[in-house]
Amino acid sequence: MSVVAAEPRREPEVIVTPRGKARFWDREAPLAYLFMVPGLIILLLFMAYPFFLGIYLSLTDKMVGFADFSFIGLENYQLLLSDPTFHRTVANTLIYSIVTVPFKLLLGLGLALVLNQVFPLSRFIRAGLLLPWIVPTAISSLAWLMLFDSVLSPISWVLRDWGLIGANINFFGDRWNAIGAICVANVWRGLPFFAISILAGLQAVSPELNEAAALDGANAFQRFFAVTLPTIRTIVLITTLFSIIFTFSDFQLIYVLTKGGPANSTHVFGTYAYQAMGFSALGQAAAIALSMLPFLALFAGILLRYIRSDD
Amino acid sequence: MVGSNAFTQRLLKLWIPLLLYGIFLLFPFAWMIIVSIKPDQLLLDTRLNPFAIINPTLENYRYLVQETEFPRWIWNTFVVTIGATALSLFCSILIGYALGRFRFKGGNTLGIAIFLLYLVPPTLLFIPLSQIISRFGLYNSYWSLILVYPTFLIPFASWLLMGYFRTISRELEDAALVDGATRIQAMVRIVLPLAIPGVLSAGIFCFTLGWNEFLYALVFMGSGEMKTVPVGVVSDLIKADVYFWGSLMAAGILGSVPVAIAYAFLVDNYVSGLTAGATKG
Repeated sequence: MSVVAAEPRREPEVIVTPRGKARFWDREAPLAYLFMVPGLIILLLFMAYPFFLGIYLSLTDKMVGFADFSFIGLENYQLLLSDPTFHRTVANTLIYSIVTVPFKLLLGLGLALVLNQVFPLSRFIRAGLLLPWIVPTAISSLAWLMLFDSVLSPISWVLRDWGLIGANINFFGDRWNAIGAICVANVWRGLPFFAISILAGLQAVSPELNEAAALDGANAFQRFFAVTLPTIRTIVLITTLFSIIFTFSDFQLIYVLTKGGPANSTHVFGTYAYQAMGFSALGQAAAIALSMLPFLALFAGILLRYIRSDD
Repeated sequence: MVGSNAFTQRLLKLWIPLLLYGIFLLFPFAWMIIVSIKPDQLLLDTRLNPFAIINPTLENYRYLVQETEFPRWIWNTFVVTIGATALSLFCSILIGYALGRFRFKGGNTLGIAIFLLYLVPPTLLFIPLSQIISRFGLYNSYWSLILVYPTFLIPFASWLLMGYFRTISRELEDAALVDGATRIQAMVRIVLPLAIPGVLSAGIFCFTLGWNEFLYALVFMGSGEMKTVPVGVVSDLIKADVYFWGSLMAAGILGSVPVAIAYAFLVDNYVSGLTAGATKG
């Protein structure tokens, strides 16, 4: 550093060509690495370090509040393999992601196509319909908690009023009702994300191509598949993978709606790990959370292929 | 006839679908507002039409602001979110600038790595992180979240800013270099001022992501008076299975206002930012 600072100031023409010999910190590479430092410190300390610490913890019998613990190898994972609640947790997480994503995609695509038209107040309406995705999920989940309440649910009230049901629906009373309710709330929250991402992709659809296709006698459906879909293909794929990853690793919606109940039947990885941590079984909790990793790596790998193939 | 046909078309292709989407997407908010202004006795009377608003009252809001810790939660959330946003912006401007404008060995790989970090969910890390936070003595301290939130804000903001910095012409910067400015001077005086819109939207998105975060806040600042808004509302307004629905919904409305305002202005930027790096759009 001091050597560089002591160097006499070079004449400007020396750095006319960026690749020419220039002051050390004026060259691109050293400066680029220097720029990485503050961010990397945080990411290493609070991401890389906990990641490896988590792997280590998952191989121990560490309990909260106890200093002593020992290395137990894969025992925590073996326990999970024979734990029926964990099996359900894996199944629930997969169901949760696989069921909701197609709905979000199709409904989001529909909304994007509707919003892609010219109409009065469009900016305002667009922002309004994005609200479910904007407000804190913990808070909007509370609205759903009440909408699905066993006594106060207005949905039950309306259905009863119309004579469709005799008694209130107990939405969170059994596993499948609860999972259904969770999925509805998730679709509600995620749909606008798809809509607005796809809407951005639709801006890139060439109007000329569309008109040419129309002149050639293609109807709206044919034009959608021949012109629109190829243009928005990448953005649809990327948005879908994003959504799969975020749905898969969700916590707050399920935490607020069911806390994994009734009788531990609606847990996802996040809530089950949190519960294990509440029972102070840190090693076990770390193993539950880390079980997400193979799935996440798979999704991320696919996503990476699409992003790279776009270069 | 042609006119009415076009009108029918427009009704079918625009207004009716828009109305249906609007009902589904906005109904929970309408419900929150209705519940938040209802007196308690009427709310719990299941014979009444739940949508009817009789004797509307602001009592739930008064209770929330005067007799719960809600104002304190708002304050906590502001401190944490603004601290984390400032720290993340500082780091992300540097990273985004380097990735977006410098050619250097490993640059592409680092870019991809940062992107992948964005996909690492809090659910994967919160258990070991809680150990680290306690080892550093940061439990129930603002610093816990100010330091941890950047782990998901930096990847996002760097990616967004990288895309933005790429759109700024290199010629201006080169001209400044020719005139004898150092790279840092060229960056601070020429490029950053042009990137203010990008920095602003990155900042607002960091703010909203921080405001909405739940799991880390629940685990690191989940007790006593240090709760953030989402955590406080969920854990303090529901006591032993007694739901204070009116004030819960009032808290939901008030707690959503800051982010709703922030986003309303930036809907379009968000998407272009998110996809800028991904699609080179």
